[in-house]
Amino acid sequence: MANSINKKPEDGEQKTGNTISRKNFFKYAGASMVGAAAIGLYGCGDDEDPMGPPMEEAVYLGTGDVGILNYAYALEQLEAAFYIMATDQNSWMQEGDGEIFEAIRDHEIAHRDWFSAVIGSVNEEARIPGLTPNFSTVDFSDRNSVLGAAQLLEDTGVTAYNGAGHLIENPDYLVQAGKIVSVEARHASSIRGLIQPGSFYGSITAASGLDAAASPADILAAAGGFIDDEIDASGLPQPANVYS
Amino acid sequence: MNFLDLINDVDADKLNGESKDKFLSRKQALGKLSNFSKKLAVTALPLGAFAAFSKPAQAQSTDQLVDTLNFALTLEYLEAEYYQKGIDSGIVDSYGKVGGVSAQAHGDTFREIADHEADHVAFLTEVIGNVLGGEPAQKPTFDFTVDGAFDPFNNNAQFLALAQAFEDTGVRAYKGQAGAVMGNDLVLTRALQIHSVEARHASRVRELRGLKGWITGDSTEQSLPEAAQAVYEGETPETNTTQVVDVSATLSGDGDVDNTDIAAAWDEFLTKDEVLAIASLFIVEE
Repeated sequence: MANSINKKPEDGEQKTGNTISRKNFFKYAGASMVGAAAIGLYGCGDDEDPMGPPMEEAVYLGTGDVGILNYAYALEQLEAAFYIMATDQNSWMQEGDGEIFEAIRDHEIAHRDWFSAVIGSVNEEARIPGLTPNFSTVDFSDRNSVLGAAQLLEDTGVTAYNGAGHLIENPDYLVQAGKIVSVEARHASSIRGLIQPGSFYGSITAASGLDAAASPADILAAAGGFIDDEIDASGLPQPANVYS
Repeated sequence: MNFLDLINDVDADKLNGESKDKFLSRKQALGKLSNFSKKLAVTALPLGAFAAFSKPAQAQSTDQLVDTLNFALTLEYLEAEYYQKGIDSGIVDSYGKVGGVSAQAHGDTFREIADHEADHVAFLTEVIGNVLGGEPAQKPTFDFTVDGAFDPFNNNAQFLALAQAFEDTGVRAYKGQAGAVMGNDLVLTRALQIHSVEARHASRVRELRGLKGWITGDSTEQSLPEAAQAVYEGETPETNTTQVVDVSATLSGDGDVDNTDIAAAWDEFLTKDEVLAIASLFIVEE
């Protein structure tokens, strides 16, 4: 397993199936679970060419636990970049928002930097590069737009970690993921409270009290609108049938 | 908050042994299924979702899964009964407007949390009994006054303080059992799906107490007395800033990340014995 971490599959056809690009974003978005379409945040409206611009080489997440760590690192990069922007361009804020957003920003930066260091120490060449986030669909002068995006990112983070836990083989990494996911859930609850005082959950299944869980493919499809890079998740472990 | 002083008075070693026996003994596991559990098991459950549970566990024995889920079930019984009593007593609706939240929204928060906890009880009971073929733990008798030292159903501040302690403990408890269920993909995933719901509850309850939703330090910073420290201490305390490596040594310099942020950005786990030492304060010996 360790030897294959850096190896990108040569078979182009084989990896296409799990590769999420802006081009095929719409195909996936309809099936995604986090209500992205309802909030209207995602889209590829900037593209002149309906087929999308030519893609740089896709960012390959890798295989096994390192692949999952890279997957988490990608999501944390996205979150950190969002909160850095939302605290820099802060005209949208009401009293009290700044304190919460700056704290969450610093949590996400710590997560991001930590993943970078840990993956680097395990296998530096397998670590994905810094991604290019794209928040052009977020209006950073509009509080509802910023909070809506924050809620989506946090709920997506929770859903992603919940859905990826069983793909982790090393119990130490599982515990680390567990330590982070509950903080993302605390963020999600807090952001929901900013949007509507008193609210703290949204996607919890009625009559079971369970939060959502989803596969990396579905998560990357949902979050793909926020990332300019093409992400190649084809090397990740195949999820078990746990998402019903 | 003198109830929390009791946490310091507990002889942890003695309690741990007794608690373990009480919760996990084979004798209890062979006891008859309570009517309560039976009733819950047939209500409002998406049964189709359980089919894949039948897959045999890979690394953990079914007994170990049942033991672990019974431990979780006991905590869920505690939370479910606590919030139900909060609703029945009217304490959840007795608040004035706090932090922009109306009394109605305040009560609704606890009605929603109560629903989730009751769902968790039903869900775990179903998984333990009808999927894993084990014997669901029976509901203990709870005393949330801890022998009259405490009055959560007549005292708003105490009700909220205890709710926070239970939720933050619950998050840490589930986290501590992740390794014990990781041999079964579906059990692990469902446990994670409950774990993050508890974290949402914890965040919400903390905010109702005027705190941040995340754990910012020791008990003083939770506006709880030092005696509540057991909830935030343990083998790996919530003030921990080392995650395999010293997190501060990994920082890029972006933002304004200090050790308080680092401690808050990682929740820590409690061991089963640590959780039972806390929960046992509220359980009546029979």
